[in-house]
Amino acid sequence: MAPLAIDGGALLTSVTSILPEIAVVATALFVLLLDLAIPEERKNLLCGASLVGIVVALFSVVALGQGRIEGFSGMIVHDGMGAFFDVVILAACALTLMMATGYSEWEATHKGEFYALLLLSTSGMMFMAKGTDLMTVFLGLETLSIPIYVLVGFHRNRMSSIEGALKYFLLGAFASGFLLYGIALIYAATGTTKIPILATMLYDPRILASPLFLVGAGLLLVGFAFKVSLVPFHMWTPDAYEGAPTVVTAFMSAAVKAAAFAALIRVLLVALPGMQPVLWKVLWALAVLTMTVGNLSALVQDNVKRLLAYSSIAHAGYVLVGLVSGDVLGGQASLFYLLVYAFMNMGAFGVVILIARKEDEGYDIAHLKGIGFRYPALGALLTLFLVSLGGIPPTAGFVGKFYLFSAAVKNGYIWLAVIGVLNSAASIYYYLRLVVAMYMVPAEGEVPVPRPPRILFSMALCASAAVVVVLGVLPRSVLEIAERSVLSMLM
Amino acid sequence: MEPILFIVFGAIAVGGSIMVVTRRHPLASALYLILTLFAVAALFVLRQAHFLAAIQVIVYAGAVVVLFIFVIMLINVPESRLPVERLTGVRFLAVIVAGLLILEGALVARRFGLAGTPAADSGSVEAVGRALFTDYLLAFEVTSVLLLAAVIGAIALAKKKI
Repeated sequence: MAPLAIDGGALLTSVTSILPEIAVVATALFVLLLDLAIPEERKNLLCGASLVGIVVALFSVVALGQGRIEGFSGMIVHDGMGAFFDVVILAACALTLMMATGYSEWEATHKGEFYALLLLSTSGMMFMAKGTDLMTVFLGLETLSIPIYVLVGFHRNRMSSIEGALKYFLLGAFASGFLLYGIALIYAATGTTKIPILATMLYDPRILASPLFLVGAGLLLVGFAFKVSLVPFHMWTPDAYEGAPTVVTAFMSAAVKAAAFAALIRVLLVALPGMQPVLWKVLWALAVLTMTVGNLSALVQDNVKRLLAYSSIAHAGYVLVGLVSGDVLGGQASLFYLLVYAFMNMGAFGVVILIARKEDEGYDIAHLKGIGFRYPALGALLTLFLVSLGGIPPTAGFVGKFYLFSAAVKNGYIWLAVIGVLNSAASIYYYLRLVVAMYMVPAEGEVPVPRPPRILFSMALCASAAVVVVLGVLPRSVLEIAERSVLSMLM
Repeated sequence: MEPILFIVFGAIAVGGSIMVVTRRHPLASALYLILTLFAVAALFVLRQAHFLAAIQVIVYAGAVVVLFIFVIMLINVPESRLPVERLTGVRFLAVIVAGLLILEGALVARRFGLAGTPAADSGSVEAVGRALFTDYLLAFEVTSVLLLAAVIGAIALAKKKI
């Protein structure tokens, strides 16, 4: 065999295309080493170092912009879509880190490994969002999942945490198997795992009709559906969300969902448009099931964390509404909604962390009684996030849902939009139930004192609130960015 | 010569895996698993996939099964207390699923025919290494990040005092 010639220019382009990921992984390694060098009481430094790394990564994303940079012989691409999701994922990670400052002391989970695992998981998500080869997508998925399994079980002496971690791990391993088997079958049918090449292969009706390919695509969809917790693959969600440390729950609900949806959007819009005539029925059914089951289950929850878990299932259904038609309009709406959802959901979880007195006492709705007037700032923030989750104007949640449903209507899926709006109306009941508990139910005895938030924690809440309000009033520029992102992916 | 060797090693692999699931003592099962893995490695050699064969022996037979045996010996259940399995519905179901899998394999083979031998050197150490460090460089690197995350996670969960 001829000796291997190294193409310096190509290598440089490749490295450039994953600069943000390199920054995140390097920060994780640095934090791991720093943990050994600093004394127990200075562990806050770890959080600071991680935040600096995230900011560096954010800067590199902005510097790379929305231009298309392909790297590693088509395994990964930095395009508008990748940049958009990099920003969403990094922002969610930054918010998590800011909230972890106080949380880890209250709950005594202050460990260097926490930050390293969080950052490694983040890097996996970014690889997944930018992967243009199903192998990259799979490796990214595993890199994001394994640290999350551990983080869910981070309260090692609490039964619910371990239970949630074990359930998530077992079901997650199964789902990874499904995904991998799907990729293998698609490879057997088409001879490629590259997403853009798959798209061209599907012009061949013989491949499109071959059972190998159809089964493979189905298994692939199951694997993704598990990760974004679509009904009926959602069974793990409430237990894992309830058992996990609340900061981790917030991170999972925002970032994991965004990353998995990013890969799903890329596969659906780039690789499988040829399958659209069959696929939309499946996605339609999944979206309707997910919205309805998620919302109906949330109606009867008394535990705030479980309630938000079911609400996050329902929101995955809303995002899927945008993907049923498989066009730019819907994709753009889904992107926008995922961004908004990350901020409003993390904000809601942040307030919940402050109100809970001690993690193991649970998060009963009764604990919210009287908070509203006694602590007006907290009450107002939680109300804002819940109103946005419910989709009431003038918040970003309303704008997001408006574009999702109007995209469905424009593409002729009227019933889908009707079911979505009805679901959205039903969801307002349980969001307002929390607000009612805060403001209108008198507290028995003393109102519990919330935890005093650190400065970074308050900043995280204020930033989330600002995003929810600003995008509710002026969504145009971000919507345009989302549109350019989808277009640059399809190029 | 090759077809005969294929039949011999294939029979060893199939027979070995049947022994794995029918032995009563887990240690016997583990030892038969090693036999099966060796036979599969021989099949890889017949397909010119030398690298895969070596990895099969080193990683699976050498490391994974040895780990199994360690665990079995650590738990050390005496012969008399081993659970007695009865023929249940699950077993019946497993046979059906296995049948389906064989059917699927046949389907794949029929659809693509027997593709003949792949390029003579595609399974050599050099060819695999070349692919790994050129086209699949990113996958290789991300795998290292994945393994690092798994190691850190295992320590975070198992360490006595953090």
